[in-house]
Amino acid sequence: MERYRTLPHTADGKFQAFGRTLEEAFGNAALALASLMWDWEALGPRVRRTVRVAGIDREQLLVKFLTEVIYLFETKGFLLGRVRGLRLRPRGGGFDLEARLEGETLADAHRLHGDVKAVTYSDLKIEEGDGFTVQVVVDM
Amino acid sequence: MDLRKIGDNAWEIPKGDGMRVPAVVYASERLLDGFRRDKTLVQARNVACLPGIVRASYVMPDGHQGYGFPIGGVAAFDIDEGIISPGGVGYDINCGVRLLRTDYVEADIAPRRKELLAAIFREVPAGVGKAGVTKLSRAVLEDILLRGAEWAVENGYGRAEDLERTEEGGRMAEAAVDGLSDRALERGLPQLGTLGSGNHFLEIQKVLEIHDEATARAFGVQAVGQVLVMIHCGSRGLGHQVATDSIEALENAFGVAGLVDRELVNAPFKSDEGQRYYRSMAAAVNYAFANRQMIAHWVRRVFARVLGGDEGMDQVYDVCHNVAKVEEHEDGGRSRRLVVHRKGATRSFGPGRPEVPAPYRSVGQPVLIPGSMGTASFLLAGTAEAGALSFGSTAHGAGRVMSRHEALRRFRGERIRDDLAGRGIELKSTSWKGVAEEAAEAYKDVDEVVRVSDEVGLGRLVAKLAPIAVMKG
Repeated sequence: MERYRTLPHTADGKFQAFGRTLEEAFGNAALALASLMWDWEALGPRVRRTVRVAGIDREQLLVKFLTEVIYLFETKGFLLGRVRGLRLRPRGGGFDLEARLEGETLADAHRLHGDVKAVTYSDLKIEEGDGFTVQVVVDM
Repeated sequence: MDLRKIGDNAWEIPKGDGMRVPAVVYASERLLDGFRRDKTLVQARNVACLPGIVRASYVMPDGHQGYGFPIGGVAAFDIDEGIISPGGVGYDINCGVRLLRTDYVEADIAPRRKELLAAIFREVPAGVGKAGVTKLSRAVLEDILLRGAEWAVENGYGRAEDLERTEEGGRMAEAAVDGLSDRALERGLPQLGTLGSGNHFLEIQKVLEIHDEATARAFGVQAVGQVLVMIHCGSRGLGHQVATDSIEALENAFGVAGLVDRELVNAPFKSDEGQRYYRSMAAAVNYAFANRQMIAHWVRRVFARVLGGDEGMDQVYDVCHNVAKVEEHEDGGRSRRLVVHRKGATRSFGPGRPEVPAPYRSVGQPVLIPGSMGTASFLLAGTAEAGALSFGSTAHGAGRVMSRHEALRRFRGERIRDDLAGRGIELKSTSWKGVAEEAAEAYKDVDEVVRVSDEVGLGRLVAKLAPIAVMKG
């Protein structure tokens, strides 16, 4: 199954990510985001990070989860290579998300090819059909 | 959409559909064609529906689709009845431009431009994931957030007289740090004094044309061929995190039901949530002022070292392109305090306004409009008419018309470098891919944007500038 697809967007970056479950689609969205900045497929599981975020709804949860990938990159030099054990749980009226991220720490050997600065709600879509599709526009 | 011509280069979407005021668009037929192709006009109409909006939702001639509010959008809200919205400011809070003049002429620079550019490149960190050279403690960062460019000048970056030649004196006094998350501070710590990437650049430019000699002289621009330096960057990851955190906080406080676009989430200006965003935004504004102050200092140092002196390198001005501020404006014959949002728009205050620094008060503030990488940039002067036309605002740049994806398909960074070199322009970047993405063809014609601004009276054309050497993040 195709993990994600980047789409043309005049000012910034746009992608759709797919999954049999919402969890899988969220995980693939994180890889789609990573693909705008580095080659995640080339990375091994040298560093592990656990991410926990809460959102009032699925959209906010997705924005916050993806923002964590940017935050970990900018402040810890963490380059995401794989998402493991991503779990969503309803809580109150919203959701909790927990995921284990694997990847490497930025070093001279890694090449960066883009800079995602923020995750937006613009054109953000979470759709369920034959599996799940999430669509995200990011500020570059 | 119902769009009526109300003057030369002026159009109106009349009030209707929940709009509290009309939307007014300043554009030539050609620029308007671009607005029709994306969501610019729909977004301008959505903004016209927000509580407390005064007079109109405006779109400047460089308008294009943004998040929630259009880029090139200007909207003013009543200070008591109106709102403030992070979407009306944008993610890169106080993305802006600083212009330095010099006593050098093109002939002094041309033979050494490679050396000069290489030296600036070593001095000013740029590019994705590039940390600054300044190691900061959290306490110092908080001081910077409260005091902006003032902190930078006190700590040896630049000159005291730079401050009066910076919008807000380089410091928004409303700033507070208690609303900033740890994440915002953590993203801010390593990035102070860095140019960043994307459309941010640093250019050594020359004066190509002077259209108003007296005003140009007041701005320190005397002759065609004179060398200037333009710095275009913002508040880096810190500003983006403040925007992201603030949108979340407002969603949690007010919910998202009833928003046609979640990027339009807002709070009454005088509410606790509205004030928290405003004060946090002001802190990010100050970070960006300090950032440009430090970069300007390093540029002067390089000029002094390579060319032997930086005496004439006075600051012309420093403007914000993404900001919300409380300002006094005439409306219906009385003076009102309004919360003016400029998102991808430049303040364009005319002669006499107290915010315009003393040396410029008789001619209006300098307005700095950068072109896309390697193309012309412009120096304009604020006008008195702009007060009535757009709450004292004009355009901020060219605006993309082509996706990065398409630009990458069509252009090669190395080829662009060679083309520019053929025209006598030196280019250095951390990323050839980034250069291709920023190809001039991916942007609107900035000449047309400035022509409309000048004809409508939003900002008066003073001088056209052309690059000699370009540093791209």
